Amino acid sequence: MNDLGDAFNAAWHLLVGPDPALAGIVGLSLQVSLLAVLLAAIPGLPLGALLAVRRFPGRGVVVAVANAMMGLPPVVAGLVLYLLLSRSGPLGRFGLLFTPGAMVLAQAVLVAPILVALSRQALEALWEEYEEQLRSFGAGPGQAVRTLLWEGRFTLLTVLLAGFGRAAAEVGAVMIVGGNIEGYTRTMTTAIALETSKGDLPLALALGGVLLAVVLVVNGLAQLLRGAALQAAR
Amino acid sequence: MAHALPLRLNALRYAVGATEIIRGITLELRDGAPSLLVGPNGAGKSVLLRLLHGLLQPTGGALEWANPSGRPPGLGPRDAMVFQRPVLLRRSVLANAAYPLRLLGHSRAEAALRAEAALERVGLGRLLHRPARRLSGGEQQRLALARAWALAPEVLFLDEPTAALDPAASKSVEAIVVAIAASGTKVVMTTHDLAQARRLGGEVLFLHHGRVLERAESQAFFAGPRTEEAAAFLRGELFW
Repeated sequence: MNDLGDAFNAAWHLLVGPDPALAGIVGLSLQVSLLAVLLAAIPGLPLGALLAVRRFPGRGVVVAVANAMMGLPPVVAGLVLYLLLSRSGPLGRFGLLFTPGAMVLAQAVLVAPILVALSRQALEALWEEYEEQLRSFGAGPGQAVRTLLWEGRFTLLTVLLAGFGRAAAEVGAVMIVGGNIEGYTRTMTTAIALETSKGDLPLALALGGVLLAVVLVVNGLAQLLRGAALQAAR
Repeated sequence: MAHALPLRLNALRYAVGATEIIRGITLELRDGAPSLLVGPNGAGKSVLLRLLHGLLQPTGGALEWANPSGRPPGLGPRDAMVFQRPVLLRRSVLANAAYPLRLLGHSRAEAALRAEAALERVGLGRLLHRPARRLSGGEQQRLALARAWALAPEVLFLDEPTAALDPAASKSVEAIVVAIAASGTKVVMTTHDLAQARRLGGEVLFLHHGRVLERAESQAFFAGPRTEEAAAFLRGELFW
């Protein structure tokens, strides 16, 4: 109980008092997660759309793999990336290990299957509605994918938020490939894990509160954006 | 100019599993006044239209356009189709009408120009920038017609374009269909509104159980159908 009270107190002071260290951690967390979502969306959303509009041999396998990979344990993803990025690994020469870049990559790997699977599902429903009309216009697969991505933009924003949620909440992979280096690769979640292991539970809880607030603000802003865009376009 | 018509159907069949929906239709569709496909629900009208438009592939027989390679560039597509419930994109009225033109490779400016002209013709010139899905049912169907008309197709297939509309909206859609036919596009339309078929004139093709049982000039068909089924249909006594 005391811990909780202290946590609220600490969280309040962290939020209202200017704390450059915390601002740095929050900034890095946001930057890494948003970049990871962007990096995952570039192939993820078009692939989801393509799976929605095309029937090809092996499609079922791709869909099943994407669905299964949504449950990929972050530590496993982190470990594999660690091996790939470590100095003796195939991607070692890029010197990415223990940098924010590696964290972006790790989160993108975790987010991409979510974007593929959820966008495929959402756009498949849309495709049922649009297929005949678009085929009547003579739209090819590429044109159909582009059209569906634009027509489904409001739903896809929710898909992106789901991806962002996964990225922002993730700790195992960024811990392994980022190394939790203070002032360089320390994010909200790795800081919480560290403070918990140090026994500073109030600070850990306070950081948790700040993380929740950040996620809430991002979702709220996205919701507002979605509402405004929907109002204008529908 | 390479004309796509006549369109020849030779023992055209379409089946889903063991169920035959189109059971061997042989006929020739020529340029000229609208061809109206009438018949009871389930006769195969909409399926036939989709076969002609290429959305479905025949399971038997043949379907041959006079010029299968299509029309020369700049003349628009060989054929276009408007559905009973058109799918409108989540964009403005103008962007909807311009969309298929953009797919065909027209520049943004050219597509907008042609789309706007077609929208003016159907009376939607003042709603260019309104979100298309906010239009009324009648306006949506007029937009779908403008979208197809802007393409200047040689043949336009219309699948029950007024079935979901109130009488006033039906009337305005009908006037547009007449104008499209007058502009030189061959109209092939399904309807089960007999009064409408009578008003639109042209020729009537009476479908029943996947076959064309009767084909006649509209006036002649309504004055004296030759088959017992068509006569029963006109009396409102023919059911699927």
